[in-house]
Amino acid sequence: MDARTASWGLASGEARAAGTMLTVAGVPMVADLSGALWWPDRRMLLVADLHLEKGSACASRGSLLPPFDTAETLEQLAWVIGFYDPSVVVALGDSFHDTGGADRLAAEARAHLVSLQRGRDWVWIAGNHDPEPERDVGGVFAREMRVGPLVLRHEPAAGHGVVGEIAGHLHPCARVVQRGRSLTRRCFAGDGRRMVMPAFGAFTGGLNVRHAAFEAVFDGTAFTTHLIGDSRLYTFPAARCVG
Amino acid sequence: MGALARYHRRVSDLPPVPPTPSPILPEPFARWFFSRGWAPREHQLALLAAARAGRSALLIAPTGAGKTLAGFLPTLVELFEGRSGAKGDRARGLFGTSERAGGLHTLYVSPLKALAVDIARNLERPVAEMGLPIRIETRTGDTPQSRRARQRRDPPDILLTTPEQLALLLASADAPYLFGSLRRVVLDELHALVTSKRGDLLSLGLARLFATAPNLTTVGLSATVADPEELARFLVPQRPGETCGADIVQAAAGAAPIVEMLDTAEHLPWSGHSAAHALAEIYELIGRHKTTLVFVNTRSQAEFLFQALWRINDDNHAIALHHGSLDVAQRRKVEAAMAEGRLRAVVCTSSLDLGIDWGDVDLVINVGAPKGASRLIQRIGRANHRLDEPSRAVLVPANRFEVLECRAAVDAVAENAQDTPPLRTGALDVLAQHVLGCACGAPFLSDDLFDEVRAAAPYAELTRENFDATVDFVATGGYALKAYERFAKIRKGQDGRWRVTHPRIAQRYRLNVGTIVEEPMIKIRLVRARGAATRGPAGAIGRAGKLLGEVEEYFIEGLVPGDTFLFAGEVLRYEVMAEDSAYVSRATAEDPKVPVYAGGKFPLSTYLAARVRDILATPTTWRRLPDQVHDWLDLQRRRSRLPKPGELLVETFPRADKHYLVCYPFEGRLAHQTLGMLLTRRLERAHQRPLGFVANEYALAVWGLGDLSFAVKRGALSLDALFDQDMLGDDLEAWLAESALMKRTFRQCAVIAGLIERRSGGEEKSRRQVTISTDLVYDVLRKHQPDHMLLRAARAEAATGLLDIRRLGLLLSRVRGRIVHEPLPRVSPLAVPVMLEIGRERVAGEASESLLAEAEADLVREAMG
Repeated sequence: MDARTASWGLASGEARAAGTMLTVAGVPMVADLSGALWWPDRRMLLVADLHLEKGSACASRGSLLPPFDTAETLEQLAWVIGFYDPSVVVALGDSFHDTGGADRLAAEARAHLVSLQRGRDWVWIAGNHDPEPERDVGGVFAREMRVGPLVLRHEPAAGHGVVGEIAGHLHPCARVVQRGRSLTRRCFAGDGRRMVMPAFGAFTGGLNVRHAAFEAVFDGTAFTTHLIGDSRLYTFPAARCVG
Repeated sequence: MGALARYHRRVSDLPPVPPTPSPILPEPFARWFFSRGWAPREHQLALLAAARAGRSALLIAPTGAGKTLAGFLPTLVELFEGRSGAKGDRARGLFGTSERAGGLHTLYVSPLKALAVDIARNLERPVAEMGLPIRIETRTGDTPQSRRARQRRDPPDILLTTPEQLALLLASADAPYLFGSLRRVVLDELHALVTSKRGDLLSLGLARLFATAPNLTTVGLSATVADPEELARFLVPQRPGETCGADIVQAAAGAAPIVEMLDTAEHLPWSGHSAAHALAEIYELIGRHKTTLVFVNTRSQAEFLFQALWRINDDNHAIALHHGSLDVAQRRKVEAAMAEGRLRAVVCTSSLDLGIDWGDVDLVINVGAPKGASRLIQRIGRANHRLDEPSRAVLVPANRFEVLECRAAVDAVAENAQDTPPLRTGALDVLAQHVLGCACGAPFLSDDLFDEVRAAAPYAELTRENFDATVDFVATGGYALKAYERFAKIRKGQDGRWRVTHPRIAQRYRLNVGTIVEEPMIKIRLVRARGAATRGPAGAIGRAGKLLGEVEEYFIEGLVPGDTFLFAGEVLRYEVMAEDSAYVSRATAEDPKVPVYAGGKFPLSTYLAARVRDILATPTTWRRLPDQVHDWLDLQRRRSRLPKPGELLVETFPRADKHYLVCYPFEGRLAHQTLGMLLTRRLERAHQRPLGFVANEYALAVWGLGDLSFAVKRGALSLDALFDQDMLGDDLEAWLAESALMKRTFRQCAVIAGLIERRSGGEEKSRRQVTISTDLVYDVLRKHQPDHMLLRAARAEAATGLLDIRRLGLLLSRVRGRIVHEPLPRVSPLAVPVMLEIGRERVAGEASESLLAEAEADLVREAMG
């Protein structure tokens, strides 16, 4: 996507604080190791697909998955918010796993969420899992949001001509085969004009970037993936990734 | 010859037995035996006597000793006497008081549904010939719904089924009616059933049956095992503080088998598993026998050998292929052809270890490592099921170490030494499934169920704490955070009894019963298209394509389009992956590019390993080895050394620009792999810059940049410390946190315990989906509730399963203070085999992120260069 893409370490000694610099429609961004996207010029932090209360949603349907996912996701979010200290946080939809999911938030989780919002603006973008505003979760609700040259929305618009869009929804992950071994990781996927962010939530699975769903967003394999590793991101052209 | 005929010696072989009623065998039975020209065997009469005394019995008999009829004879006699005495004169029957209220009389459980069906067929004949009014039916996954419903309303006398079907029957409200008057359970191939979680499930079902049926006794049918007393415990209810066991009936041993190691005229390979050097000799053996079973350890070996044999099959012998991932229809075809005697040879894996008896196999060839003495004896038993003639077997080692293992195995067979594993400790995930099943049947009290469960031998030592944690897990997930009370699956009522909260829970239980969690499998479909497929996922290729079979997902994941591999007897080219299928085309290349990982499912048994170490340590026994191997060991003695009994030899040497450490624990690939993982972590910490390792059944080689010989010499590295047992502490913990093998183990436990459903509403969930979510669940659970019951279950499983930690622990304590180090200027003769596997095998161990860094660096180099 961008020849200027380079590894970029922040404050030394902070192993977690490694990100990769990239641009979306000319806007410089940092793809953070946590899966969040940091927009330094606007002091804006973007996260996609938190899927809060997915555990309890599954439990209500008979799979008693651990109820710790919301706490875990908020803890990760708290870490990255603590690190960048953003003025604005935008959650790009599917922030709650189901309609009414926020009503199941444990008291501590709700309090944690409130404390994260203190002193900054907070925007919930609508997602297909949470198309309407949830109750008592603070922030403002929007279908989508325009900021400068960029539009922030949940589901990427179809078509290869879209420029300046940051979206989530697809939960991109990529698989690289090296020496007969296969590694799959969540990833950012972008072609310099638009970007699909990885899912941030603790229980969110991934969809391989070579799946047909990405054909509607990117032209063939003319895009780049940034795989989220344990201590840094790894950059590969989509053609190097396998389905 | 019919299957039953093989169970009996001809009368002429025996002292004459008059066709009069013996005190124990009623007249029609004695007459029937006589009319067939047979005489009942001693062990058959012994089982009958045990049954008359109201006792449970374990019959230990080699393959082909007439186990099955022995197991059913008491039932047939009992039913005959009950029926004939029913009209007024009940006292005449020796079993007298058979007041059955219309439920089942005898339940037969087999590990294979095909076996249940076959046994039913074989039983029908004597029953018809004696004119006994006995109804025999089978119930398997294939039984139509209407028949199942009818069986519950109007049960037959004898029902033949599998452990899973038994669990389902027990979880229904009909269970008290069906089983209340049950008199006998016959457990076939018990030695095979008890080694897995299916055995745990069966033991719990059996405990339930004992609680339901007051007059129940059991008959276990087993091949020879190492510890019959232990196995006998499985068959009767255990009581705290007591050892209870069924009577043991030992059938007379048949003629001793004739087992030889192939004395090849060819050069013996240093490594590898193909046995390509012995191909012509194997072919020649097949030509000299009527029907040969050629056993190998892995599917890829089976594929290779099958293809190689056909390449030289100038006589056009009918040679077939049989392994677990071939399409079922294909396998059934091979089995049918075999039964009809139309095949000259079958190349097969453990897929044919159990199953229906075939009459005319006159030779078993075991290619590669035998792995275990009992395992080999059972395989050999597949040849010639007539007891009075010896079975013949030829072992074909594929490399030099396998020669040692074959030698040890031949000696073990001669001594009839057994090395079957000890009885399992019952798994908590299986218990969780059973607890839910119990609640689906009828409400239960915790105290009662706890007592009942502890009557099952594998669960005899279960603590109340673990039992309660399991019930809690079933109810609300067992989380410290009590968040799911309102989603509870079972709930305790006012009367103190646990019951399911909704009928839907029971429906789902029924869809998910069982303990066999398949590896995620990918279908292999053959298409014509070539090259055109790489454009887009599923794009260019039609969905058609002939189904060739299935392989594990992790194998396909290691391929990139264009790679070639062997499958279903052909070299195939991987084209594209779409949904649950991998599309392949026929490749023009003769040699597949991707070597398939060659380790078998079963590691070398502890017993055979010890014997192999003994051979190494005792040069006087080497004259019984082929000259090539003898010379090799001599050379090792001169160049390095051979470990004395109890010692672990560790060699270090430089080669090219790297330094190597090779050790020889002989504990099997799984334990070595775990050891390799942990050693590289420790070497990393000792700043020795390890780069990788490769493990095989016998040895482990680790390499890196640090000069290990020098580090030991100058005292910077202590081998005693490196191999210290404390590696099973923090290092193991750290590795388990990320190990893909551990996550696979956890996933299996989660599915069995019912946390994740295999099927919901009849449709099977995409297994990829299941894999993803359990990995995430594992991470989160480990962090937030590390002592959760499911994590404990997974850990217990890891001890003996894919990570074989138990055995590694035994190794480390065995060699403590007995490590002998040999710093060498170059590779030793003994190290050659494992060194040859470097690079030939795929990168050892698990994929680590260093591979991503490497792949990225490759691209950068390409771009810059």
